[in-house]
Amino acid sequence: MCSTCGCDAEDSVKILLPGEELHPHHHDPENGHHHQHNHHSHPLTRDHTHEGSRIVNLEVDVLSKNNLMAERNRGYFEARNICCINLVSSPGSGKTTLLERTLTALKGKVNMAVIEGDQQTTNDADRIHKTGVPVVQVNTGKGCHLDSDMVHSAIMKLELKDNSILFIENVGNLVCPSLFDLGENHRVVIMSVTEGTDKPLKYPTMFETSDICIINKIDLGPYVDFDIEKSREYALRVNHHLDFFELSATRDEGMRAWYEWLKTLVPVEV
Amino acid sequence: MHELTITLSIVNIAEEEVRKASAQKVEEIEMEIGQLSGVEVDSLEFLWEEAVRSSVLESAERKIYHIPGKARCMECDIEFEIEQIFDPCPKCQQYFNDIVAGKELRIKSLTVT
Repeated sequence: MCSTCGCDAEDSVKILLPGEELHPHHHDPENGHHHQHNHHSHPLTRDHTHEGSRIVNLEVDVLSKNNLMAERNRGYFEARNICCINLVSSPGSGKTTLLERTLTALKGKVNMAVIEGDQQTTNDADRIHKTGVPVVQVNTGKGCHLDSDMVHSAIMKLELKDNSILFIENVGNLVCPSLFDLGENHRVVIMSVTEGTDKPLKYPTMFETSDICIINKIDLGPYVDFDIEKSREYALRVNHHLDFFELSATRDEGMRAWYEWLKTLVPVEV
Repeated sequence: MHELTITLSIVNIAEEEVRKASAQKVEEIEMEIGQLSGVEVDSLEFLWEEAVRSSVLESAERKIYHIPGKARCMECDIEFEIEQIFDPCPKCQQYFNDIVAGKELRIKSLTVT
């Protein structure tokens, strides 16, 4: 097992442009993981001797390296006026379809790019590629979430434009990605009416760390038991800061409000 | 299974600190894990042995301090313990609460030798 990210060699992290061949996993600064050996990163460390052994008082966040790289990504986005949106949900809630619709509708008005996260395959990147928007696929192998390091490597491969929106479609998983800041400006959690009404209570961390909640597939409302009002109420119990969009990406219902919000994030070409 | 990534991050931090201290290994690690941190301590304990094998943490004793969740009601301005992110204020029964403790996921100290 790889000691850096816990992957097996053949199930390694891969970052691929459309049509690009698979290549092996490298833990070098150009591709894959960055090992920062910053010897000044813990200025508050105080050592003292204790019967032959020494106690190092660290008080350091376990995810500090991920958080540091996330801040670095955020700084890069800020410098170039890029708004980064991290889309998170269970598998099958319609993230990719929502993206396809959005990219097609806003193309020519807003500069956009996409990072696709999945454990395996370039299927989603291939779908996005067809819209003509620049895309890079990150395959996490056995990894259950994207981390800020993978996003950093992916943005180095994408030719991002200033004043643009970068969508990150995270691995379909409502648990693990919640803990990993990628450097995004907005975290958008998507649930669909084919899921359970109580999803926000079952997976509270993801709803707590998001600032936008999309309820998708509303066209299926009449055929399922999902209670939109109740679900909104549950989500607000977890996080009273959430804003909502109710839409159906497949049927193109309710998309206008979502597009209008996106257009407020970056300068729009007329 | 993000607990594996979490544990490997702990190993990375410990390796770096041992190197900086010119020590050989970690005798004891103290961690603070909040009840609302999103990390299952049981999962972490379950995979700990495998994750720390052949690392400086292999024989380290681990002390995990559990930090209970605490929220402040924005209406009543009182603080109260919570078990879930969505527990209501005991006074007004509303959900306009900010979490003030329980999200910790920290290495407090390492005893290196």
